[in-house]
Amino acid sequence: MFEAILLTVITAATPLLIAAIGELVVERSGVLNLGVEGMMIMGAVVGFGVAHHTGSGFLAVIAAILAGMLMSALFGVFVVYLATNQVATGLALTILGLGVSGMIGESFIGIPGMRLPELYIPGLTELPFIGPVLFSHDGVVYAGFALVFLTSYVLFRTRMGLILRAVGDNHTSAHALGYSVLKIRFLAVLFGGACAGLAGGYMSLAYTPQWVENMIAGRGWIALALVVFASWLPWRVVAGAYLFGAVTVLTFHAQAIGVTIPSQFLSSLPYLATVVVLVIISSNRRLTLVNTPACLGKTFIPDR
Amino acid sequence: MRIELVKRKNSSTTMAVLSPVIAVILTLISGAILFAIAGKDPIHGLYLFFIQPLTDSWSIQELIVKATPLVLIACGLAVCYLSNNWNIGAEGQFIFGALCGSFLPILFPDFDNWLTLPLMLVFGTLGGALWGLIPGVLKTRFNTNEILTSLMLVYVASLLLDYLVRGPWRDPDGYNFPESRIFSDSATMPLIDGRLSVSCLVAVAVVIVLALMLSKSLKGFEIRVMGESPRAGGFSGFSQKGLTLFSFAIAGGLAGLAGTMEVSSSLNQLLPSISPGYGFTAIIVAFLGRLNPIGILIAGLVLSLSYIGGESVQASMGISSKIASVIQGLLLCYVLVCDTFVLYQIRIVSTLRSGAQKEASDV
Repeated sequence: MFEAILLTVITAATPLLIAAIGELVVERSGVLNLGVEGMMIMGAVVGFGVAHHTGSGFLAVIAAILAGMLMSALFGVFVVYLATNQVATGLALTILGLGVSGMIGESFIGIPGMRLPELYIPGLTELPFIGPVLFSHDGVVYAGFALVFLTSYVLFRTRMGLILRAVGDNHTSAHALGYSVLKIRFLAVLFGGACAGLAGGYMSLAYTPQWVENMIAGRGWIALALVVFASWLPWRVVAGAYLFGAVTVLTFHAQAIGVTIPSQFLSSLPYLATVVVLVIISSNRRLTLVNTPACLGKTFIPDR
Repeated sequence: MRIELVKRKNSSTTMAVLSPVIAVILTLISGAILFAIAGKDPIHGLYLFFIQPLTDSWSIQELIVKATPLVLIACGLAVCYLSNNWNIGAEGQFIFGALCGSFLPILFPDFDNWLTLPLMLVFGTLGGALWGLIPGVLKTRFNTNEILTSLMLVYVASLLLDYLVRGPWRDPDGYNFPESRIFSDSATMPLIDGRLSVSCLVAVAVVIVLALMLSKSLKGFEIRVMGESPRAGGFSGFSQKGLTLFSFAIAGGLAGLAGTMEVSSSLNQLLPSISPGYGFTAIIVAFLGRLNPIGILIAGLVLSLSYIGGESVQASMGISSKIASVIQGLLLCYVLVCDTFVLYQIRIVSTLRSGAQKEASDV
């Protein structure tokens, strides 16, 4: 039982983790992309469709990533190059994603999906308890952790990361130093889209291998909240994602155990928890001010 | 080739008027392409989507019925957005307002007189304002991001509605269907004709009052100053926090009013879902109307048309009604791009040879 709960927590946390790490990079570059939900749902529908037609989990994951990137490219062109309002453009992206995915996915409703295969790691998967809990997942779970490690390393240990953070913290100075603010931001947005697409694909290929309209159900927004929760530090995203994964899973198991709270109250827990967590984090001024990218959400137009 | 934005000396007034029109035209073109991709005749599709709903009186009434909540919510959102408060949870304020507005006819069906409807509207407005004030208070008190909190509360409100309609508020004589009891006559908005109720007149009245408030009153001046330069506003004695609370209360209140009028005129009861996303579509309405009440009135009708057009093409062409959502999303994108042209000129600079290579190397 405990083992099973742990496994489902990992499955529930993975999409949040991946989407949030992508958005973290985007926000570190100074762009707020509120379209995570829309990019995730596109990843979910495209991933499902490709898996259904080709039968290949690998191709499905790649297609989901590309779908997320395509959506984010649209967002990037608008927000970065055409200087549109970031909040409103992100919302437009979400509305668009929900609509397009609904149209594409209409024929997928009711089709049984395919689950990503679990990786077998010789020697480790056979271990008692640790084996099934840690070493019997599909590749995306490990990719999630690799992403956190890489993001953390690149952001804080490499020149590329330094430039990215400079662009997010003071775009005018970064521009004056000769860095192409717009291009760096656009690339960051693309990275965020790839992550959101992957996270969405994971939803329809592993979390619940089927297509249901609107199946992301606010996880894109929770991922956005996780970035604030993590105060823009990659490893804290892991803590946040697992906390939320645990809350989501506990609401399922609470009913199985026989807790008599109405299911709707349990379902609303992750959203309420998000609000509470946001309040706690943001009331700590010192914590947020240190790490919040200073140019977050501000449009930059180079004067040439 | 490279695209550059050059700031205009004065923001272009022609573009300010033209930009929503251009956005609609671009949406029409995209709509035609969408129909072509779906393998349907684009011209016929556009006709069914945008023109046919305007040709008979039933759908014109339906157009006004659906535009009413959109206009009301968008008016409130405009106040929020003008003052830089990003309330995107109007859907939740709509639902919670509807709940507060309908507890009277559901829990006290015996209280049934001329006071019922006015009280419902008051409770609905207050309820919506209360729900809207939650992210407002969290923002002013704890510095919490209002975008995320207001959105999270949408999910909470819709789950609360679901719980009430399936649980304690279910119609005792309703054969276990997840619906509340049907409202009595004194709890429903008076009808003008067919499905058209007094609600639409309320919306028009709100538009007029808000237009006057924004253009003529000190409050309107305060909203615009604080939106454009909070620092300058601070020097003239305006309070940022006070205005945040004010705008969230107005937006929530109008959404709550819209929710109450929706359940007490169009639906006449509570159902597990009472809105096809009015709260989100209203965001598009607010932007298409350029955050101006009169503009919002027109934009509300345009977006309402997208709902009816979606149903129309679904019925006669077999295209998913989700196309409405796609068209709405595209419309918002185009509106935002066109707004850029109000402030900036676009210059296309041709970079001579190897420009692409040079750009690739300086990352």
